[in-house]
Amino acid sequence: MKIIVPVKRVIDFNVKARVKADGSGVELQNVKMSMNPFDEIAVEEAIRLKEAGGVDEIIIVSIGPNQAQETIRTALAMGGDRGILVETGETVEPISVAKIIKAIVEEEKPELVILGKQAIDDDCNQTGQMLAALLNWPQGTFASEVKVADGSVNVTREIDGGLETVKLTLPAVVTTDLRLNEPRYASLPNIMKAKRKEIITKSTDDYGVDITPRLTQLKVEEPAKRTAGVKVENVAELLEKLKGEGVLS
Amino acid sequence: MSVLVLAEHDNASLKDATLNAVTAALAIDSDVHVLVAGHNCGDAAAAAQAVDGVSKVLVSDAEQYAHPLAEAITPLLLSLEANYSAFVAPATTTGKNVMPRLAALLDVAQVSDIISVESPDTFKRPIYAGNAIQTVQSSDAKKVITVRTTGFAPAGSGGSAELVNVDAQAGSDNSSFVSAELSKSDRPELTSAKIIVSGGRGMGSGENFALIEAVADKLGAGVGASRAAVDAGFVPNDYQVGQTGKIVAPDLYIAVGISGAIQHLAGMKDSKIIVAINKDEDAPIFQIADYGLVADLFDVLPELDKAL
Ligand SMILES: Cc1cc2nc3c(=O)[nH]c(=O)nc-3n(C[C@H](O)[C@H](O)[C@H](O)COP(=O)(O)OP(=O)(O)OC[C@H]3O[C@@H](n4cnc5c(N)ncnc54)[C@H](O)[C@@H]3O)c2cc1C
Ligand SMILES: Nc1ncnc2c1ncn2[C@@H]1O[C@H](COP(=O)(O)O)[C@@H](O)[C@H]1O
Repeated sequence: MKIIVPVKRVIDFNVKARVKADGSGVELQNVKMSMNPFDEIAVEEAIRLKEAGGVDEIIIVSIGPNQAQETIRTALAMGGDRGILVETGETVEPISVAKIIKAIVEEEKPELVILGKQAIDDDCNQTGQMLAALLNWPQGTFASEVKVADGSVNVTREIDGGLETVKLTLPAVVTTDLRLNEPRYASLPNIMKAKRKEIITKSTDDYGVDITPRLTQLKVEEPAKRTAGVKVENVAELLEKLKGEGVLS
Repeated sequence: MSVLVLAEHDNASLKDATLNAVTAALAIDSDVHVLVAGHNCGDAAAAAQAVDGVSKVLVSDAEQYAHPLAEAITPLLLSLEANYSAFVAPATTTGKNVMPRLAALLDVAQVSDIISVESPDTFKRPIYAGNAIQTVQSSDAKKVITVRTTGFAPAGSGGSAELVNVDAQAGSDNSSFVSAELSKSDRPELTSAKIIVSGGRGMGSGENFALIEAVADKLGAGVGASRAAVDAGFVPNDYQVGQTGKIVAPDLYIAVGISGAIQHLAGMKDSKIIVAINKDEDAPIFQIADYGLVADLFDVLPELDKAL
């Protein structure tokens, strides 16, 4: 079977985002960009399934600026087989991303699409569920374990009260949570090999998807700042302060 | 038109997160209905009837809703679509799982995790792990919204909403519930606890969390953790506080042996009072803590336990 893994280029998770002075957005000039951490986990899971047998090809898809090629290249160096870049200028909302991926799914006919549960820039947590809805496929979101069996997949999900396992008939959509696996680093030979792997570039028109945003961003501001308080010397002083605040009786 | 809130419940009782979602819904429109989809869920529905400000409770009681599978609940929401201008759910793992599926079928852009309603079509929401707050205006005719519970006060009780039964809808049979492993605890749930004591990698082991639990029990507090503590297997995944775990805002948050990574702060920095206990005086957590105690947690926790 084939697996498609959509990967998003986002601000590196170690960088603290800074709001632009004019309130028009977040500063992305000269900021380190990387693959969305959940998408690395998605790529890793696809590779592990391939290594376990039964998977012929892993297709990496990214929708974004030209530089998203680098993100695809990173996924190919980890072990993806080929890439599709859908080049866009502006921000593309999850509903539009889902429509583009749906069009690619209809062309490529994978049995599994593995996405991250959430992009750490927009923190939307929508795309996988939307894709599943548009395809009328079942969804296993926030996965911490994925077991593919004959024609179906069992997904253990991280839910608020603990863990839940669902059984999905293939084809299906899975979104990854942090504990699904620990992504590998690409080895130097694999990085070299990835340079020769194919990445084709497409436009949204190729898929007939209108990506006009539905949400207008009116402004972006900094959250209320917290400042460092005081250091206390010992437990007794701490308790006295907390009683003073009225949070302990 | 009215707003429909998808209730979060376990059939026997209504989860508190529903109350925060009702408050957000009331800021969008004064006519708020609640949908309870479940199995043998009469008690949850009765609890929803008593929520202040709710005019109608729709109940769909059927076996296929025993577990809130997105593939089952979405067709039910869609069948009610004509009567509502907005669909709201708390941003719990159920809400996050179901609502985007509905949004896609309605062809609308969901607004995730709102923390305020500026007007019926304009909302504030955190992005970049809460390092920025975005104000967005939706041009979609119908709104699909998830609500960050810490952004809204819980609705009170004393209401007496009308109860209406609605027909279950056929879902697809390509997904089914297999099993669940739910953590059982007598401690308050993280998202509604007034006090939370959280432990990080500094706790060193799962056994050592007993030190945190002892203090938490004296305070009537919930117990949380950093991702590192969950990854290390000290505690179950549902303890995780942060960007990708639970978002909490108690009156008092005590972080023990937690360094204060951006992703952890994203889940707790709106707490009223933050206390940090860490042996490293340069730990970033001290930059946002109201009270910091630079000390070894293995000395401090037993002392706290004794003093309380
Ligand atoms: C995409 C993504 C999402 C993430 N989401 C989350 C999230 O939701 N929540 C989350 O928490 N993390 C999240 N993380 C992980 C986060 O980046 C940090 O790795 C994590 O929060 C660190 O946990 P910690 O503070 O317990 O561990 P550490 O950073 O290792 O800190 C341990 C602290 O304990 C102190 N300590 C050690 N021994 C003692 C002692 N005896 N007495 C007192 N103090 C002691 C140390 O001084 C240190 O400050 C995420 C990461 C990524 C990439
Ligand atoms: N522009 C994009 N290109 C490729 N994949 C994307 C894009 N946006 C979102 N995704 C995928 O959808 C997941 C969830 O994103 P979101 O719904 O934006 O939080 C990500 O982890 C990616 O796997």
